[in-house]
Amino acid sequence: MEILSFQNIVFFVVALAIAVCSVLAVTTGKLLRAATYLLFVLFGTAAIFFMLGYTFLGAVQLMVYAGGIIVLYVFSIALTRSDKDMKYKVSKAKLFSLLATTVVGAALVLLLLFTNGFALNTIPLGEELPSREVGLALVGTDKYQFVLPFEVVSVLLLACMIGGILIARKEK
Amino acid sequence: MNQAFLDYYNLQPLLAAIHSWLCGIMPEGLAIFLECVVVGVIILVLYAVLAIILIYMERKVCAAFQCRIGPNRVGGKGGLLQVPADVIKILIKEVFKLKNADQFLYGLAPFLVILASILTFSCLPWHNGGEILSMNIGILFVLAASSIGILGILLAGWSSNSKYTLIGAVRSGAMLISYEISIGITVLTMVMLSGTMDIHEIVMSQANGWNIFKGHIVAIVAFIIYLIAGNAEANRGPFDLAEAEQELTAGYHTEYSGMHFGFFYLAEYLNLFITSGIATTLFLGGWMPLHIAGLDGFNAVMDYIPGIVWFLGKTFFVVFLLMWLRWTYPRLRIDQVLTLEWKYIMPLSLLVMLVMAVCKVYGLVF
Repeated sequence: MEILSFQNIVFFVVALAIAVCSVLAVTTGKLLRAATYLLFVLFGTAAIFFMLGYTFLGAVQLMVYAGGIIVLYVFSIALTRSDKDMKYKVSKAKLFSLLATTVVGAALVLLLLFTNGFALNTIPLGEELPSREVGLALVGTDKYQFVLPFEVVSVLLLACMIGGILIARKEK
Repeated sequence: MNQAFLDYYNLQPLLAAIHSWLCGIMPEGLAIFLECVVVGVIILVLYAVLAIILIYMERKVCAAFQCRIGPNRVGGKGGLLQVPADVIKILIKEVFKLKNADQFLYGLAPFLVILASILTFSCLPWHNGGEILSMNIGILFVLAASSIGILGILLAGWSSNSKYTLIGAVRSGAMLISYEISIGITVLTMVMLSGTMDIHEIVMSQANGWNIFKGHIVAIVAFIIYLIAGNAEANRGPFDLAEAEQELTAGYHTEYSGMHFGFFYLAEYLNLFITSGIATTLFLGGWMPLHIAGLDGFNAVMDYIPGIVWFLGKTFFVVFLLMWLRWTYPRLRIDQVLTLEWKYIMPLSLLVMLVMAVCKVYGLVF
């Protein structure tokens, strides 16, 4: 695989954007800006899914995160007072634990990368995963099929909805 | 049934020929890059031209419903040059900056709105073999991309640093995320009927009859629900409460000027077109010609009309329906808007989906 193929260039651009926006999301002083940078990170993740041909997950990523979670964040930020600058002083103990967490996290990711290799090399590029296969895998009962988690998540979602309605009800 | 008409104006061989010719004189990567640039330019030009046509149409339709003449001075009879003149005017206006506002988010918001609009715009099935963004989850991508626009509206309202825009944005956002649910459910209903999410396949499955005829009563109810929810999604009357001048000035885009305002304005009109285009795709057969069983001569004549004419014709028909709606009904209040969605339209669309599932399982659709 050549280094400067079209796919590789796009991948590196997207990866760089994700990295820069992730850092900006935690270093910026304004809450809404942080949410916006997080949105760009999620866009980048969706772009990676699209590049891998997993368009279903890419679209779901856009819909759930960009259209759902971030909108929720922005709503709650817009409806509360949050125009203060949030520059906090980090104590030395906190800084040390932060660094330790970062190193452990990076080690974990590198371990996964070196044992499994880049996903780009194992997944055929430019081929779309048919949505029929995704659907069958979600409701099938064989090996590598996920009907039990699917149902459990549905029940969880139902419980969340009932809880939400209960909290939002005016009369007790 | 004779399906030869599908090949009359198929663009696929022509596009393949252009691609192989380009690959012959330059490396494939460069050829694909060039094609992407050309297609991108075509999308933007189409976007701008359609916006001009739609704004002119809106003025004329509005005038007709209010017993006026509409624009008739600029550009000879009918005022054809009125909108191009307005375009030039808005292009040379100053884009100003706000004091004490978040400049980055203030500048970003219109681009998020226009990005969502252009992404969904390029998913429309223009012609046989002429779809631009084609993937096997096409319609899901349309729903996903259109949800980015809400974020643009919310950011615009917040970053303008004004109470009017903030309230306008929160109202618009609440309305859009509510009506998105109905749109999703009706789209799912039609996906159930077609058996696929690929936009091209949805159109192809209607070669032997449009979905609105195949799904009879259920599909007609779903069509009406889609039109109501789509009208709200495009932020247009009777759901244009964000622009209720007497309480909110112009809603979330009050503080924008020049082309930044122009982006919101463009996106509103193109969202109208996209809503109609998706309605055409899901219910009225996309670029498929009209066939009436038994009238073979009539069907043969219909087959010779190119797909793009059918698509644009049907889409502009739906656009006209939506404009008719806009200029007929008075504006709703925010509580009425949300009551209508959560208490009537959403339960109804869930019921429609259930009935469609039953019909599909027992073979009650054509």
